[in-house]
Amino acid sequence: MRSGSSRRRHKAARPFAVALALVLMGALYAVLSPATQVAADTGMSAQVAEGKGLFQVTCSSCHGLNGEGSSQGPSLIGVGAASVDFQMSTNRMPMARPGQQAPRRPVTYTAEEIAAIAAFVQSLGPGPAIPPSSAYDASNLDAEAIARGGELFRSNCSACHQAAASGGALPNGKYAPSLHGVEPLHIYEAMRTGPQQMPVFSAGAIPDEDVASIIGYLKELEQQPSAGFSLGGLGPVTEGFFGWVVGIGGLCLVAVWIASRGARAK
Amino acid sequence: MMAKPAATAEQAEVLETHAPAPAGPVKKLGGPAIWFDERIGLAKLGKASLRKVFPDHWSFLLGEIALYSFIVLLLTGLFLTIWFKPSMGEVEYHGSYQLMRGLAMSQAFESTLQISFDVRGGMLVRQIHHWAAILFMAAMTAHMLRVFFTGAFRKPRELNWLIGVGLLSLGMIAGMTGYSLPDDLLSGTGLRFTDGAIRAVPIVGTWVEFFIFDGEFPGDAIIARFYMAHILLLPAILLGLIAAHMALVVYHKHTQFPGPGRTEKNVVGYPLFPVYAAKAGGFFFIVFGVLILMGATMSINQVWLYGPYNPAQVTAGSQPDWYMGWVEGAVRIMPGWESHWGPTTWSWNVFVPFAILMGIFYTALGIWPFVESWLTGDKRPHHILDRPRNAPTRTALGVAGMTFYGLLWAGGGNDILATQFSLSLNSVTWFLRFAVFVGPVIAFLVTKRMCLSLQRADRERVLHGSESGILVRSQIGGYSEPHVPISVDEAFTLTQHRQYTPLEATPTEDEHGVKLKGPGTVSGLRAKLSAWYSGYDVAKPTAAQIAESHHHGDEDTPALPH
Repeated sequence: MRSGSSRRRHKAARPFAVALALVLMGALYAVLSPATQVAADTGMSAQVAEGKGLFQVTCSSCHGLNGEGSSQGPSLIGVGAASVDFQMSTNRMPMARPGQQAPRRPVTYTAEEIAAIAAFVQSLGPGPAIPPSSAYDASNLDAEAIARGGELFRSNCSACHQAAASGGALPNGKYAPSLHGVEPLHIYEAMRTGPQQMPVFSAGAIPDEDVASIIGYLKELEQQPSAGFSLGGLGPVTEGFFGWVVGIGGLCLVAVWIASRGARAK
Repeated sequence: MMAKPAATAEQAEVLETHAPAPAGPVKKLGGPAIWFDERIGLAKLGKASLRKVFPDHWSFLLGEIALYSFIVLLLTGLFLTIWFKPSMGEVEYHGSYQLMRGLAMSQAFESTLQISFDVRGGMLVRQIHHWAAILFMAAMTAHMLRVFFTGAFRKPRELNWLIGVGLLSLGMIAGMTGYSLPDDLLSGTGLRFTDGAIRAVPIVGTWVEFFIFDGEFPGDAIIARFYMAHILLLPAILLGLIAAHMALVVYHKHTQFPGPGRTEKNVVGYPLFPVYAAKAGGFFFIVFGVLILMGATMSINQVWLYGPYNPAQVTAGSQPDWYMGWVEGAVRIMPGWESHWGPTTWSWNVFVPFAILMGIFYTALGIWPFVESWLTGDKRPHHILDRPRNAPTRTALGVAGMTFYGLLWAGGGNDILATQFSLSLNSVTWFLRFAVFVGPVIAFLVTKRMCLSLQRADRERVLHGSESGILVRSQIGGYSEPHVPISVDEAFTLTQHRQYTPLEATPTEDEHGVKLKGPGTVSGLRAKLSAWYSGYDVAKPTAAQIAESHHHGDEDTPALPH
């Protein structure tokens, strides 16, 4: 007790107590507060400003100077940074030409440029933020969790994206794209933001760990060897096509050869 | 130098079938042969069958592809039954395919995964079995088209044609039941389609559905029931029909294409032993080999991608195997018409494209030989095949039917067409809704005109000879190409066929006003249809015209100026 009271009277005690309180409060805040902003706070305004400049050059002709939308494109207020990151990192946006649907293309913008535009759009109104990789990390999943991801995929996704994730047709020229080779981050963002024809799968419907399971299943599926040429992974239509062309076609050639050979060499 | 000689049947050597000297048991073969001969008359059997002559043509081997695929199906199917468990009992998966670990599934699906991943050679045999099924149906279809277009179904082979139609439809059911057995998502979805199609049949549909599925879909009996049909009932009937089909081929003797030395009373070709046995036996191994190659290199029905069947799931791109594709297409392009009369629902959207369409299709196939004979009034037996051009209306009808089938087929894959060729699913569907009616008409007209043009070209060729390929320039600068007469053999081939005169309508009443009826009478309608069927043929040249043209030809070839 005595030693304790002497420490309390130490001349460094007050500043130390203040510092300790600040650290405690900071740690508590960091643990308890909702992590809505992932991008670093420092230089945020500069990033937003840069994003605004890029936005006005590349996006505003359709989405309006302040993302308010026009007859050519929807409003981007409240779509969130995740939506921008998905659309631009797969280069669906900026659209090459108007059409029923923007296809996936090789990316042409740098990660910094996309992050800047995303930060600007996020500043227009709160929406889904770019998730930390921990939200969709599938590397530590066990076999059961991945198999469960397969069931979730078949139940929720395969009706449009096909059981082998090869994609499928939607009305009027729209389509659900193939999911082969899609980044886990983009799968997560697509589910949360519902780009183009896709519905939103919110965290209330499919929590993060289930999304990770689905991603884990899709990535495992890509690693699986096919039992021979996959024939496009499109199912019975291509199988029938190859059956006719290779089977009947090939055997007809053999039949012509057999019928052209007599008993004696000519 | 004859440019473009007409494709005539090859002039194979005529092999006389000599009857061996009537001796006792075969002498060259040793004890066992004599032993069997003395008990079951082996020598007599061999004498009759070993010298049986079969004609050579590549298209005659299409039926053999079907037969050999069926044998491969039996062999590989036998292998699969050793491990397959036809049960819908639910188990938790703990096999070696990690992506299904711990999932609840039926024993049927679990054992399919086991065959695929854990049984040595199981995957290969499963894939060979499935490819053989695809090839079996395709070869039967191609064989049927060959028989149709060459008129090989005519008297006396109408019964064999009917057996063939039975084989085709039973093969389809056999394939459909086999497709359903693995109990994966795709096969379950196909089963759901079948279930809906049965249910759409008015009045009895629901009852039949409950009878087949032992209650509501999917129930827990259907896999075991389909298994019984797939491995016992249908193969047994198929085997019996195939045996009858081939026995009739032997009994009727094989048809042959027209050519010199070939008559309605002989068969020109090679004897079964040794030539044809070697050819057919060799072809069996080639078919088997091609199927093994396909099974080894081309994946088919990767059930582990589809997962276990769950009625709550339907994957995009759910399709039947190709032989059901045209029915699938009909259902896909049919407008969603439905009537509600009192307490009943009439699902025209499924009933018309499924039950009615298939009923019409198989009925039309079955009655065609009798319809054609009714149209031509021809009751003679035929062993010489038609060149398709010489039966223009039949050929045109066949191509119209193929067009109809092909367009429905495309409808069955309308989603694949849309995604692979960047088309609108709706546009494909709307196009097909009209094309299935317009396309066959266009195909009929075009094919018939082509056949008649080919007949005209044959006539020209017989009368004016073949292009010599030599251009002659006259002194005044004119160019001409002298023709050379074709060989007598070719001229025979081009003119041997019989041309029909359309039936004339007979009086409907005799002089007393009594209605005439009987086998000899021809109604006005029948006469009109007969004229439509065979009234457009280009008259083949008569012997006098040919003789006259030869004489004429001597005078003006080569066309040199005077």
